[in-house]
Amino acid sequence: MTPLLELRDVTKTFGTGILGRERKAALERFSFAIDPDRPRVTAVVGESGSGKTTLARLLLGLILPTAGQVLFRGKDLHGLNAAGRREFRHHVQAIFQDPYEVYNPFYRVDHVLTTPVRKFRLAQSKSEGHARIEEALRAVGLQPGEILGRYPHQLSGGQRQRIMVARALLLRPRLIVADEPVSMVDASLRATILGSLRKLHEELGISILYITHDLATAYQVADSILVLYRATVAEAGDVEPVVQSPQHPYTQLLIGSIPRVSTVRDWAAEPVQGERDSIATGCRFADRCPSVMPRCRTAVPPLFQTAPNRAAACFLYDSAPALPAGKVAAVLAAVQAKEPSAAV
Amino acid sequence: MSNAAPVLRVEGLRVAYAHARGAVRAVDDVSFSLRPHERFGLAGESGSGKSTMALAILRMIKPPGRIEGGEVWLDDTPLSKLPPDAIRRLRLAGIAMVPQGSMNSLNPVVRIRDQIGDALADHGTKLPRRALAARVRDLLVDVGLPPETGDKYPHELSGGMKQRACIAIAICLRPKVIIADEPTSALDVVVQRQVMETLGRVQMELGAAVILIGHDMGLMAQFVDRLGIMYAGRLVEEAPIRDIITAPRHPYTQLLIESLPSLEKKGGLRGIPGLAPLLRDLPPGCAFHPRCPNAEARCRVEKPSVRTMGTDATVACHFA
Repeated sequence: MTPLLELRDVTKTFGTGILGRERKAALERFSFAIDPDRPRVTAVVGESGSGKTTLARLLLGLILPTAGQVLFRGKDLHGLNAAGRREFRHHVQAIFQDPYEVYNPFYRVDHVLTTPVRKFRLAQSKSEGHARIEEALRAVGLQPGEILGRYPHQLSGGQRQRIMVARALLLRPRLIVADEPVSMVDASLRATILGSLRKLHEELGISILYITHDLATAYQVADSILVLYRATVAEAGDVEPVVQSPQHPYTQLLIGSIPRVSTVRDWAAEPVQGERDSIATGCRFADRCPSVMPRCRTAVPPLFQTAPNRAAACFLYDSAPALPAGKVAAVLAAVQAKEPSAAV
Repeated sequence: MSNAAPVLRVEGLRVAYAHARGAVRAVDDVSFSLRPHERFGLAGESGSGKSTMALAILRMIKPPGRIEGGEVWLDDTPLSKLPPDAIRRLRLAGIAMVPQGSMNSLNPVVRIRDQIGDALADHGTKLPRRALAARVRDLLVDVGLPPETGDKYPHELSGGMKQRACIAIAICLRPKVIIADEPTSALDVVVQRQVMETLGRVQMELGAAVILIGHDMGLMAQFVDRLGIMYAGRLVEEAPIRDIITAPRHPYTQLLIESLPSLEKKGGLRGIPGLAPLLRDLPPGCAFHPRCPNAEARCRVEKPSVRTMGTDATVACHFA
């Protein structure tokens, strides 16, 4: 089956330093595919600078890869004809971090909802279009009467972000790329917004790529997870085993650093290794890793498939078979819809 | 420790902002005290008055805002009675603040060592060049930064390093109280943990008390000794952190704890129903009643007073 959207051995570098002469990889030899027949919620987790936003922008066609290919239904995304581009814009939708920036302050918020209805001819008549907009707003827990006719500044960040979810719902896309959709809204509202995304997946079979730095919400929302560390995949697989028994030392550090609501103060128990500094040859985590071995400083560990549904890029697991380059998707695809999804 | 005289005492503090439709009260009759060495947390949603509290303690509320009443005592000194230049000296030297986003407020064209030096000089600490260099170096080492960091400009540092440089400035005059307003909100969890370890360590070395402002209940659980919960400008609950986690008294506190997504089991994603109220349009009675699962008729008309529970806790709820 041709994937809906695929990154094939993609590298993206940016220039840094004076005149941009030093090249820094934001994403390195990364392969990933969205299977249209088995919609999933996949979380991409990483710290700032790990490459997660670069991944989103590549998938959305907003930037060109330095090497490798981005394919939409098997065709190069950047070589699509007008009809192909139109199809891409219909079936791949984005939700961004800042629910303030995506609105034109001079237009009523209706504009972001009526435009796709018109452009993609989603309705036969004006009244049908209006009915569909109202239905979409209700589906994300908004009252159309309180939303339509308003200007962006009259609505809260949470309301604005939910309108973006409603907009995605209106288009019935095959994939939603959500880049930090809740990091700017209050904790009390996060659950509602993530809940509506999860519902879109369950009821309409839409694949969702949830990009975040927040491992706890990723765990609650996603079926599978990709942990990025400095432009490469550190660990990938079914969200349950990855979060409950992380294998890569970086994932372990990440999970151990999340402060928990508990009377047990386990947080500051062990001193953490220093912050990341110079890029070493070999494993990028080597200079912070508590289990570092000599070979980690000379060779880059491939992803070792430690179980059918998970893999870790760490020499601690070198007894497991190494995944051929570009087969991360195979591990993620092993995640079956076997357990009931989180009741959100 | 519990018998020690408080180092900071806030009594009936009220702050209002002038608004076209009358005054908006951002801090409404808040009282609490801070013992030496204590770590006190202030938690709540955005707009609950946490940051305004911090500014009011330092008497940094600017028009159209105004401190309407109440008093803040540092040891035996009532701050409202101090002349402006004495207040100015007391900031940083007595009560230091690490403001929200402070790591982005470092001067981009001044080396870190000069920014620390400026803070010292501005508060009358005139040191010969060599002694100043030694002092700056010690401060940087205290916050876990390599001494060479002093020669760098802010853009050469990572977010965590910048935040530690801000902590170095905050402790340079050995304050009695450090107010940290969301000191790690823009940082990754691993860096957050490092910065909080640093803050905790320098606080203990100085013997200072800390007020940590934030909304992450996990961070509070791991760091503070006592926690105050703010809602619509009021302190609705205050208790030792252990009691807040195991037996929260106010329904809002319960919901705030439950809204933190769990890493232990799936299906733990719950929000708080409704929206935080607008301060200029507060519901009558208990401001939380429209969102409260336990609200009854009384809550809609009668504002609950702050009651003392046991020896070391307060709560503002009719049913607690």
